[in-house]
Amino acid sequence: MSQAFTKSMARNIFFGGSTFFFLLLVALTFDTMQVLPKRDHRENITPAVERGKMVWEKNNCIGCHTLLGEGAYYAPELGNVYARRGGGDFIKAWIKSRPAEGTPGNRRQMPQFNLTDQELDDMVAFLKWTGEINTAKWPPNIEG
Amino acid sequence: MQYQSQAVAKPYFIAAIGLFVGQILFGLIMGLQYVMGDFLFPAIPFNVARMVHTNLLIVWLLFGFMGAAYYIIPEESEHELFSPKLALLMFWIFLVAGAATIVGYLMVPYAALAKYTFNDLWPTMGREFLEQPLPTKLGIVVVALAMLFNITMTALKGRKTSISIVLLMGLWGLAVFFLFSFYNPSNLVLDKYFWWWTVHLWVEGVWELILGALLAFVLIKVTGVDREIIEKWLYLIIAMTLITGIVGMGHHYFWIGTPEYWQWFGSVFSALEPIPFFMMTVFAFNMVNRRRREHPNKAATLWALGTGVMSFLGAGVWGFLHTLAPVNFYTHGTQITAAHGHMAFYGAYVMVVLTIISYAMPMMRGRAANSEKSQVLEMWSFWMMTVSIVFITLFLTAAGILQVWLQRVSTTPLGFMAAQDQITLFYWMREFTGLIFLTGLVLYIISFFVGGESKEAA
Repeated sequence: MSQAFTKSMARNIFFGGSTFFFLLLVALTFDTMQVLPKRDHRENITPAVERGKMVWEKNNCIGCHTLLGEGAYYAPELGNVYARRGGGDFIKAWIKSRPAEGTPGNRRQMPQFNLTDQELDDMVAFLKWTGEINTAKWPPNIEG
Repeated sequence: MQYQSQAVAKPYFIAAIGLFVGQILFGLIMGLQYVMGDFLFPAIPFNVARMVHTNLLIVWLLFGFMGAAYYIIPEESEHELFSPKLALLMFWIFLVAGAATIVGYLMVPYAALAKYTFNDLWPTMGREFLEQPLPTKLGIVVVALAMLFNITMTALKGRKTSISIVLLMGLWGLAVFFLFSFYNPSNLVLDKYFWWWTVHLWVEGVWELILGALLAFVLIKVTGVDREIIEKWLYLIIAMTLITGIVGMGHHYFWIGTPEYWQWFGSVFSALEPIPFFMMTVFAFNMVNRRRREHPNKAATLWALGTGVMSFLGAGVWGFLHTLAPVNFYTHGTQITAAHGHMAFYGAYVMVVLTIISYAMPMMRGRAANSEKSQVLEMWSFWMMTVSIVFITLFLTAAGILQVWLQRVSTTPLGFMAAQDQITLFYWMREFTGLIFLTGLVLYIISFFVGGESKEAA
């Protein structure tokens, strides 16, 4: 780099540039917060949905599954599982029926989490609500 | 080593390498579980192994960053560390808290761990990378603040260089943005939105300041190039990092319920994110080519050059590969993401920590560089680990392309598990390559114990 371009010029670009773009992020975030209620249908977050999110977190589901594409890539996407499996009954039956010692053969294993009926209902409420978020048409198809 | 107190970095580096080994072992367990699903089940389910793998990575990189700060700040400030005792105390607190957390993950079901650690009072657990129980999160804050106090006081008392200022800003930013991990609203969209303020603003923001500062410090030392030139580069690189990376956060806001305009902001800005990494590559090679001394530590120079190249490939090229919204629509949350994650973390953060360890460890052991024999072994480990990670990335990319095709593009899409069954060959190849990586890591550790003639520290 030429001598005409000095360290203090570089420093000014750094401080000026990063401040400007951080403020832009804050402004975009502010706008996003205004628009979000229309997209996340938060009016439908019932106590069951809230409890369901807790069940989701306490059992570290994100350690194998993705939710809206974020998480681990070991097990199926669950953001649209409610639609894919045609409702909550399949989901509940699936979670309940995982053998504690694993299924025979070398297929991938899901642990038995011993959820109560209440927890299972809450989980379904949470997954149903999640499936109704406006995600700009993602995922590409029902398989997630 | 110019100041006695710099030696406090040594236990930090040793712990970092130890936890690195643990991270790789759990990576191999997970890799095997990808193809042998019942391996170690139900003793160590996949989700537990993954949590240990990623959390160990984060913790050992933090050990590396902190060790680097304790080593660099006194030398840059030309002043002894404000309180070596505090630094040592924080080391033990962090090590014990980190070990207890990992043991907790492995010994207790996660839901029980959440219950014992008061997660009901303030739920923060169960979110990717932020799985730590509340006491551990608070411990991280305490350790980080104590370190920041310690090194900031040191810098204030001594010489203020651009490198120490950038390093301090990076570390302060690390602590500040970690605070978002305590915010966990019941609205999943808000949760995800601000979860990224920790995760993205760490790895594509403030951590890159730390990376730049560490690299600049080592390059000054091994090349003898004028500080003014190196610091000018440093400012320009981190300027481009934040100019592109802050709003580049939009690439995480495509499909999580956020407005569609993020597809434009995210695509445009993150398409520019490779630029600072490319500059870093050019910077590292340029400085080494213009070197004004022949530093005896060839291994440290190799790691520094490697950081430039591999961070550009992993974070820059593999990031760009799937960052444009129309592409990401198909690749989001697939093995493509995993491929990028592996090479980016290795190329940027693993390698820069190994760079500073490679430079500073011999100094702390009273010599300018390790013996020729030791360095040759260290360079072998460099190539084995680096080539392995390139192939791991290539195999996962191949797996990801097939996954996307079978599950998302095909007119007769397969279900997730059916698609996974079609790509096991690539998971086997990844696992095999992982074993070579482990061999490289073992050689790396052995290199610390290889004696031979070495030059005294200047």
